[in-house]
Amino acid sequence: MSTNPNVKKYRSQSRTRRVSLSVTYTILIVLGVIWLIPLVWIVLSAFRCEYQDDGTFIGRVTSNFFPKAFGLKNFTDLFTATYYGIPGAFPRWMLNTLIIAVIDCIISTFLVLSVAYCMSKLRFKLRKTFMNISMIIGLFPGFMSMIAIYFLLKSVGLTGNPSHPEYSVIGLILAYSAGAGLGFQVAKGFFDVIPNALVESAKLDGCTSFKIFRQIILPLAKPIIIYQALMSFTGPWMDFIFAKVIIGADNAKYWTVSVGLYSMLFGTHPDTNLFTQFAAGCVIVAIPIVTLFMFLQRYYVEGVTAGAVKG
Amino acid sequence: MSAVNKKRQGRGANKTTFFDRVGKAFSEFGKRFVDGSIGTKLSHFIFGAGNIYHRQYIKGILFFLIQAAILFVMIFCPSINGTPYGYKALLNLSLKNVYEGGEFDPETGHFMTGSDCKLMILFGFVTIALIIIYFLVWNMNIASSYKADMDRKVGKKPTTFKEDLKELLDGKFHVTMLTPTCIAATVFTILPTIFMIALAFTTYNDQDMNDLGTNLFHWNGLQNFQAVFTGEGSLGMEIKARFLPVLGWTFIWAIFATLTCYFGGIILALLINKQGLKGKKIFRTVFIFTIAVPQFISLLAVRNLLGEYGPFNALLMKAGIIDAPVGFLGLKASDSELLAKIMVILVNMWVGIPYTMLMTSGILMNIPTDLYEAGRVDGASTVKMFFKITLPYVIFITTPYLIGSFIGNINSFNTIFLLTGGGPTYTGYQAGGTDLLVTWLYKVTIDQGSYNTGAVIGIFTFLITATITLVTYRRSRAYNEEDTFQ
Repeated sequence: MSTNPNVKKYRSQSRTRRVSLSVTYTILIVLGVIWLIPLVWIVLSAFRCEYQDDGTFIGRVTSNFFPKAFGLKNFTDLFTATYYGIPGAFPRWMLNTLIIAVIDCIISTFLVLSVAYCMSKLRFKLRKTFMNISMIIGLFPGFMSMIAIYFLLKSVGLTGNPSHPEYSVIGLILAYSAGAGLGFQVAKGFFDVIPNALVESAKLDGCTSFKIFRQIILPLAKPIIIYQALMSFTGPWMDFIFAKVIIGADNAKYWTVSVGLYSMLFGTHPDTNLFTQFAAGCVIVAIPIVTLFMFLQRYYVEGVTAGAVKG
Repeated sequence: MSAVNKKRQGRGANKTTFFDRVGKAFSEFGKRFVDGSIGTKLSHFIFGAGNIYHRQYIKGILFFLIQAAILFVMIFCPSINGTPYGYKALLNLSLKNVYEGGEFDPETGHFMTGSDCKLMILFGFVTIALIIIYFLVWNMNIASSYKADMDRKVGKKPTTFKEDLKELLDGKFHVTMLTPTCIAATVFTILPTIFMIALAFTTYNDQDMNDLGTNLFHWNGLQNFQAVFTGEGSLGMEIKARFLPVLGWTFIWAIFATLTCYFGGIILALLINKQGLKGKKIFRTVFIFTIAVPQFISLLAVRNLLGEYGPFNALLMKAGIIDAPVGFLGLKASDSELLAKIMVILVNMWVGIPYTMLMTSGILMNIPTDLYEAGRVDGASTVKMFFKITLPYVIFITTPYLIGSFIGNINSFNTIFLLTGGGPTYTGYQAGGTDLLVTWLYKVTIDQGSYNTGAVIGIFTFLITATITLVTYRRSRAYNEEDTFQ
């Protein structure tokens, strides 16, 4: 900050600054409240425990923002209820999603890192071709090939298999992670910033490309590894379309949690009175995801910025 | 003019190099056959023969096994679900000699046995991929044998299998690293995409096929594309009537969604990063919080909050602003389309602004302070400095992001699908007032089973995004000068 010899001017400046600061505070607080209202409302709904005069539970959307009574009924119901003929469906969905997310996370992160490293630090024939093809493929809407992937998996029994409905989970993991390598752009942007001189001097010292990757690049790539892992781990918790199409609308036991929650409100038997249970489910799903995000925030920001600035 | 000429010359030069390359490749084939040892000559017919001749047994056997496996599939045509691979799959691609299944299964609504046209197309493409792989391996095996020939000639020993494996971790490391992705992406991304493109040229449409009582479909050329003008086919009227409105709205949506979130995010970042402001971290955390919550949760929360019986309508009624609940999100056919469109753009700001805020925060802090110092010395006002220094700087750096988010918004499925479901609906049509091309594609394909119409919409979407990308991205410095920063 520059000091100003003119005291009078300095005073008036500091006053306008104070005014503009308090205006900024007000705007930010108002915006912050607007941004949080829907999320607060979902949490409040999850703990809502209101009954009608005749004793029936009110689970639908009501006009009062703040619940008249609080309780844990939604959560206990959620964990014990039978949905779509599956007893204990919600814990089952959570488990399915966890399994899918962990395996997808490992495979996707590995694929993305290996492709990104090749594209950034190795020079070989067909490199530009590979980059162009992956860009062109990425421009087709993902939903277009979704149904084709379903047909493909079905033809080899990895989904819609009457004798082994559990194979659908493998099919979904394949569908999530197989194409992951084509989304290498963010990680490549990150690797591009690592100086080539580092790689070249290691090469002069007689390091193989594999050794360079394992001992020089990977330790430096920790932020982008965490970013990719975070993205591919949280993906299955958020997707409700792909999972439903691949696993099948009638294979409720092997749904992921987001398909299950979505189906409570918009399934084949939507029940508006399940809204508070849906809200409770949302809270359960959101807690681990949000916690992960908050802890790994720094890496997320780094990844987003690396991807955006370099394109 | 000179620039144009240069460009033409450049293209011409490219062409000759291309033909040169093809010519060189052919002459190399001939050379290898004439010059090569008896092993290399044999390799042209039996994979791995040359390697075995040079005592590279493991490599030779691997090559031979690949040849044997592919030829086995090609000749004996193993079948899955009654649909064969191999040469029969190539013949099946014509979709000519197909037969209906015998029994109709009322439970699934399909015929029990008979030709499965979609698998025929799918397996046909898989077979074509196998043939391409066959010739790639063929070339690899000759090259490998010829290299051993050359090594012998200069007195070196041909490489052992162990040395070859070692090379895969060094000089050919990219092969090791890219093979998993190449295989996986070919099977699960490229093949399905080509398959769906092919469906755009067929009569594969559950509704038509049910009407005709058939389980078969055929190629029908460009008819599905012409339906945009002629309105023929089961969804032809829909395509003809709704294509242009949906396309127009997709563009309007993408422009507004991109610009509102972009400038909103920059302004928010400026506010949070204001000098002397306390609690920056708390404010940032509040906004990042909304990014962290899965969209299907946050958007469905907003949908219910703004719903007919939700608290927002109740609040407005209590305040006396409205008399009856307003359908903000076009969930009923009678709701206002314009209001729904405005609402999705507003709610999308709620979703998108924190992203831009996060991204631009770092950039804003990196703007060289001497720029502002110079501005202050020249007596520029804060507003003027924002428009003359901050904005140009941020826009310059984030242009790739801006293009990316525009394309992302064209394909933005979640916001529309979760908020309005495409409503308000038009009676008799699939595409509602706020449907984008992608949500329309979803409805047509998944809900209606009109795979051919869905594929046409998908191809149009691709053409739009591809054009934008080609025009902007390929000209950008990030693409053309990607080595500059290294």
